[in-house]
Amino acid sequence: MDLELTERQRAFRDEARRWLAAHIPAVPLPSLETAEGFAAHRAWERTLAEGRWSAVTWPEEYGGRGASLVEWLLFEEEYYAAGAPGRVSQNGISLLAPTLFAHGTAAQRARVLPPMARGEVIWAQAWSEPESGSDLASLRSTARRADGGWLLTGQKTWSSRAAFADRAFGLFRSHREEGAPPHRGLTYLMFPLGAPGVTVRPIGRLDGKPAFAELFLDEVFVPDEDVIGEPGQGWRVAMSTAGNERGLTLRSPGRFTAAARRLVALWRERAADRGAGDDAGCDDAGRDDAGLRDRVADAVIGARAYELFAYASAARPEAGSAGAATGAESSLNKVFWSELDIALHETALDLLGPVGELADGAAEAAGDGGWADGYTFALAGPIYAGTNEIQRDLIAERLLGLPRERR
Amino acid sequence: MEFLLDRAQGEFGRSVDRMLGGARTAEAVRAWAQGDHGPGRALWERLGGVGVTALAVPETYDGVGPLPVELAVAYVESGRHAVPGPLAETAAVAVLLAATAAPAARRWLPRIASGQALVTLAAADGGPYALDADAADAVFAVEGEELWLAPGHGPVQPSFDPARRLARPLSGGELLAGGPAVAEAAERAADWAAFATAAQSLGTGLALLERTVAYVKARRQFGRAVGSFQAVKHRLADVLIGLEFARPLLYGAAVALASGAASTRAEVAAAKVAAGEAGYAAARAALQLHGAIGYTDEFDLSLWIRRARALRSAWGTPSVCRARVLAG
Repeated sequence: MDLELTERQRAFRDEARRWLAAHIPAVPLPSLETAEGFAAHRAWERTLAEGRWSAVTWPEEYGGRGASLVEWLLFEEEYYAAGAPGRVSQNGISLLAPTLFAHGTAAQRARVLPPMARGEVIWAQAWSEPESGSDLASLRSTARRADGGWLLTGQKTWSSRAAFADRAFGLFRSHREEGAPPHRGLTYLMFPLGAPGVTVRPIGRLDGKPAFAELFLDEVFVPDEDVIGEPGQGWRVAMSTAGNERGLTLRSPGRFTAAARRLVALWRERAADRGAGDDAGCDDAGRDDAGLRDRVADAVIGARAYELFAYASAARPEAGSAGAATGAESSLNKVFWSELDIALHETALDLLGPVGELADGAAEAAGDGGWADGYTFALAGPIYAGTNEIQRDLIAERLLGLPRERR
Repeated sequence: MEFLLDRAQGEFGRSVDRMLGGARTAEAVRAWAQGDHGPGRALWERLGGVGVTALAVPETYDGVGPLPVELAVAYVESGRHAVPGPLAETAAVAVLLAATAAPAARRWLPRIASGQALVTLAAADGGPYALDADAADAVFAVEGEELWLAPGHGPVQPSFDPARRLARPLSGGELLAGGPAVAEAAERAADWAAFATAAQSLGTGLALLERTVAYVKARRQFGRAVGSFQAVKHRLADVLIGLEFARPLLYGAAVALASGAASTRAEVAAAKVAAGEAGYAAARAALQLHGAIGYTDEFDLSLWIRRARALRSAWGTPSVCRARVLAG
């Protein structure tokens, strides 16, 4: 048992570090939840792809480097430590791509993956519907057979990135069978958001930014080549890679170790401002020093725990190169990182005191508003990708073996 | 990088588990709490037989250590089976004597390694009490920059976990070593004690979770297993999350101790916070989900519930350890 990097791993990390230092935008990009910021982040994806850093675990033929899971973890560590921009192509790279590797055809991979890696096609997910959230299998949007393809009709919602994205992927009800369980008869399809019959209505998240959207679909034609897996088998296709969304590949440990380091810097800065020595009581702004110190430490501990948990996952013989921590273990991950993310950002805002109330974009916002934006982003974590309540059900039933019940 | 127990380490853990599983540890703990150390001492000799007590002792003194990864493996299992006795203190004494006091090390460490001698330690980081001094063949004490073999111990004080018998070492005795090297070694020894305590906390939490899962599957109310209720499921899911994310921190600390990394103190402290809190959360959940039966002394669950509370603070309270995480 060790945490030593091999020669190859060290060389990979150093190459990533050098490249990032030379290419990261000098000023932070505008929020990717705005039209301007989305375009800037798309351009950044192209820059990443030119260096072959946009999807390092993919095979080289699709624009990747065939990197191992440990190498991917090292890349992510460097990426966030360097303060690189958020990844606008995340939905495609961490959700759709693993599905294509597991269930897609060679032709689909060749057609879809390279433009995804270059940021030319940004993908949105289209799972939830107004009446189907946690109970996703109850979804009602339909795919009806047409000549050479399918016609999609219905409504999808909470579709992340869809306000500005190019294409989307999701599940549609294609077959109806009397008395069959709801997850039967679904088909996994990819479709263009600009096609005739698609209406995209952006939805403002808690801070008003259009981070997601509603999609209204009226007989939208999708050719057969854009069905992933067998028609009617969509649930199995989607769930076999659901662990990717919940687990490591969506929120890598590097994000949290970097954020925890920034939090410690913020805490030290503030301690220096106040003068050293006094470790009890509250300051003029009512900030409690010992309590905040403990919370800063907990963020550091949590980030380190997640990082080491990931290294342990990567070392297991069954860990693949593209998507570790699938299955029920990814539910442990999901609850852990989503709660860590909120606690870490809450601590930062409490450390900032009155300035913590300022939104990103405010002239006096601390750290270019990153803490405020990060806090808003973090608040969604326990909800998307299967709520934490669903994850706890899965943990209890699949890892602890408690009785399954109708929810 | 291979951050995973190897085959031999995994097999070692299973063999300790099998040995302790057949050793009637619950009876030994209860006897220990009454001051009857016979069954506990017999248990320690069996631990010595499978090599557990030799893991922190260097080869020079007939040990096999220091092997922090193996020690974590064995101490997690000891915690799971509620083994009584000064486990953390034994590891700390081995580190301390080997570093500072060669004559005493020659005298004591081979017998510690074999499981024949039971020793304990009082040092600043661990508070004023020497755990299980009444059962020990030797009580060591660190006072400032001096290491003493105490002439005995004061009265055993009643404690929340009666199987943790707390007494102050008597002052005086034999001065074994002195000077800055003692203070430096005492700090390292305290890290080993905190690390060993974290391993026992994790094991204690795992036992509490296993027992509680078994109970809520069997216990029926309102015509169904109480483990089918979502409030119960979610509480146990949170216990598992806490334990499973403490585990990598424990082994991260083991790797740091093995390599002597500059971050060792902070890594141990992080493991201590996470394992201590996770073990304690497991105890709270176990108590709540068992209901009144879990609140009784007679039901064996009490052995782990009381232990979890004590281990959370032993060799570094959560707050002290959090400060260390940020100092590192």
